Amino acid sequence: MSLLTLPKPDEAILVRRDEIIRQIKKLVPNAVLITDVEGRRTFETDAFTAYRRMPLAVVLPESTEEVSAVLRYCHDHKIKVVPRGAGTSLSGGALPLEDSIVLGITRMTRVLSIDEANRAARVEAGITNLAITNAAAVHGYFYAPDPSSQLACTLGGNIATNSGGAHCLKYGVTTNNLLALRMVMMNGEVIDVGGDYLDAPGYDFLGLITGSEGQFGIVTEATVRLLKAPEGARPMLLGFDSSEAAGACVAGIIAAGIVPVAIEFMDKPAIQVCENFAGAGYPLDVEAMLIVEVEGSDEEIDSLLDAITDIVERYRPRVVRASKSPEESVSIWKGRKAAFGAIGQISDYYCMDGVIPLAKLPEALTEVAEICRRHRFRVVNIFHAGDGNLHPLILYNANDKAELERAELCGAEILKLCVELGGCLTGEHGVGIEKRELMRVQFTAADIAQQMRVKTVFDPDWLLNPAKVFPLEGRERQ
Amino acid sequence: MTGNLRLGFHAPDTMREMSDLVAEAAHAKIPLEVRGRGSKYEVGRFIQSGSVVSSENLVGISLYEPSELVLSAAAGTPLDDIRNILAEHGQQLAFEPIDLGPALGTHTGQSSIGGVFATNLSGSRRIQSGAARDHLLGVVCVNGWGEPFKSGGRVMKNVTGYDLCKAVAGSWGTLAVMAEVTMKVLPIAAETRTLLCFGLPDQTAVDVMTLCLGTPFEVSGTVHLQAPLAAKLSDTDVAKGNAAVTAIRIENFPSAARYRIGKLKDRLAAYSPAVELDTARSRIFWEEIRTLGAFAGSDRPLWRISTIPSRAARLVAIIGRTLDIRVAYDWSGGLIWLETPPTSDAGTVEIRRAIAEFGGHATLIRADRATRASVEVFQPLDPPLAALTTRLKASFDPAGILNPGRMYPGV
Repeated sequence: MSLLTLPKPDEAILVRRDEIIRQIKKLVPNAVLITDVEGRRTFETDAFTAYRRMPLAVVLPESTEEVSAVLRYCHDHKIKVVPRGAGTSLSGGALPLEDSIVLGITRMTRVLSIDEANRAARVEAGITNLAITNAAAVHGYFYAPDPSSQLACTLGGNIATNSGGAHCLKYGVTTNNLLALRMVMMNGEVIDVGGDYLDAPGYDFLGLITGSEGQFGIVTEATVRLLKAPEGARPMLLGFDSSEAAGACVAGIIAAGIVPVAIEFMDKPAIQVCENFAGAGYPLDVEAMLIVEVEGSDEEIDSLLDAITDIVERYRPRVVRASKSPEESVSIWKGRKAAFGAIGQISDYYCMDGVIPLAKLPEALTEVAEICRRHRFRVVNIFHAGDGNLHPLILYNANDKAELERAELCGAEILKLCVELGGCLTGEHGVGIEKRELMRVQFTAADIAQQMRVKTVFDPDWLLNPAKVFPLEGRERQ
Repeated sequence: MTGNLRLGFHAPDTMREMSDLVAEAAHAKIPLEVRGRGSKYEVGRFIQSGSVVSSENLVGISLYEPSELVLSAAAGTPLDDIRNILAEHGQQLAFEPIDLGPALGTHTGQSSIGGVFATNLSGSRRIQSGAARDHLLGVVCVNGWGEPFKSGGRVMKNVTGYDLCKAVAGSWGTLAVMAEVTMKVLPIAAETRTLLCFGLPDQTAVDVMTLCLGTPFEVSGTVHLQAPLAAKLSDTDVAKGNAAVTAIRIENFPSAARYRIGKLKDRLAAYSPAVELDTARSRIFWEEIRTLGAFAGSDRPLWRISTIPSRAARLVAIIGRTLDIRVAYDWSGGLIWLETPPTSDAGTVEIRRAIAEFGGHATLIRADRATRASVEVFQPLDPPLAALTTRLKASFDPAGILNPGRMYPGV
């Protein structure tokens, strides 16, 4: 994709590259410093691969003090810094600029403490999401937010984008599961927010920093809430003749007072691709499929699945298959979990992340199909239905530049539709560079100005993660 | 409106009027006291301002979609109006907003929904369902320039732009005047069961509550009231117990609630869980906790302390060495309501010293104006956070006209 412009690099910084590298090396001799072209190439993009920029250098510190030293130096010399977790951003949140330093946190991965009595874990921010749960699992606990990249993505990145996941319908997203964090601000100052207790004093900086896309500071440590793992969990698979019926069924379940731990939606093309890839036994003659998961003891799960089955009858399902065993559960989830890989096998895809009010689901799916048809793309829908977070996957050829641009226009239309239907541009991927110019669709000038003033509170020179989140024109004015 | 601005009470009928009023005050640099329905007027630092801007005329529920778990209301809408309409649909505000009315010597049901979010006061279910701020999906506010702005929206998941809802929640009207709030709502469980243990010392009670939260049974409330406070609750068994009471709540569908409470009873056998309250009695019990019934009819200073649960009993013991205190623990010890003797500083010295040692923060919820004028009502902040606080305030309200000094001097 090439519709977005990136700021021209500052020549005065580029010519000082050798000096900058020398100084950083002197300041943090123990940090990994990557300066060669091949080494830097790994960092020139993230999971939003259409844009690439080679950074000046990449620094991988291993302590808060080292992060602070690098940021203070960059602050004093007006050098831009792009924070980076595992680089799994789907919105270009970790895209470097040529006159920027990439500061990665992936060497800061320690579990500092697990406090069972107070149900909290203190960890370094470069730890992967899944490693937190793995560390807590020996005590029977887990860390609830579970973005689909959880094997790779870092907690620091999760905090930057306020990541969600399949189970956030019940357990909330990152911001609902954080107790404290340590953050280095652009001037090198280290602040501690929150503690091992609920609800920090004063203004809610914890909540404000979460989801700020790496533009307020670099989080180096955090304390997260742990939850006791449920006794068990089992899904049921439901097939419907129409997306409308599936959507109405989701609303019906929730209105009946049941909040399942997850409700996943797949449309017909998605079912077909996943079934071909994973052989999960999905019904191929239905238009839409839901996977609904509930938790509790065996008897509780049976009761809940029975209750859901009763509700579902009203929506005339073609298929109702409740899991009775761990093997059946695995098979129901198998296709869904393989979905993105399966689709990647047949085509390049551009994953959208708009959110709509649940009642608008049928309308949204019809419109999305129409928009994609107009732009001559196939579309596959797989998403978290309980919270209306759509993930239309636009199938396109990434090697065809014209097609790339058309996919980007198509995506923008879909996101505008989400906003028109009462939703928003992004539910869990973040704005990054990808949706930067669309912010004006959702927000007024006054809304954006207020956000930009808050950015200035933390980073007056706008050096951290530049050219993201806000329309470029406005940012430069700032 | 110019002539009226300097003094008096303003309750605009529209957001436009509200923004005009704030803009005019900003222009003239006239401080405004920001209020919802005024139920927490006697909480916080006392501010001197001749002009009040209240959201009490901005009322009404503009959106309620039970199947989407979302409700939007004008900021001045009475909390009870919202609780009632939700209850009609079997839903609730899961964070169980605390009602300070009885503790402040007035009645329950005086809060506005805006005030609930502005003060982020969450009740017993906070341990399971999160705080008020976790349920605030969107706001429409007027900042200190008098400009309306919004953040968030009406959908459950939204990471579009910075989360200014979090900044506004818990800011006690010092950053912006709320005009409309959109919140997440959740179903009321069909069954509520409560297990009571009597006569446990504080530390043992904290251990019991912690043990319960370490089970997979999704305990939704854990409180421990020392004997003199327990005596003020209405449940006959609690009154008869004539001792400290420790209560553990389970909410779920009926068979699950009964299964889970049975499991807990087994685990707590050593602590003799003597009484199990059914749904009706449970709801009365927890409503009295939500409305601070144990602290009604007293004018002794009342503190709200958030601390590390496992250290709570020791923190209280240290304070209790020099002060005659009465204590209720919530959040398995993470939240402490503490009454102190009516000394001139309301026990500030002892409490702040203990907090410095054990961690957490303390807010003076009930005290006379003279006391609130002479001590820090909110937890003093470390210098780096204090500096950020000042800068954040200026980014919303550069003239410093919105509730100046309500939380901290100069903020």
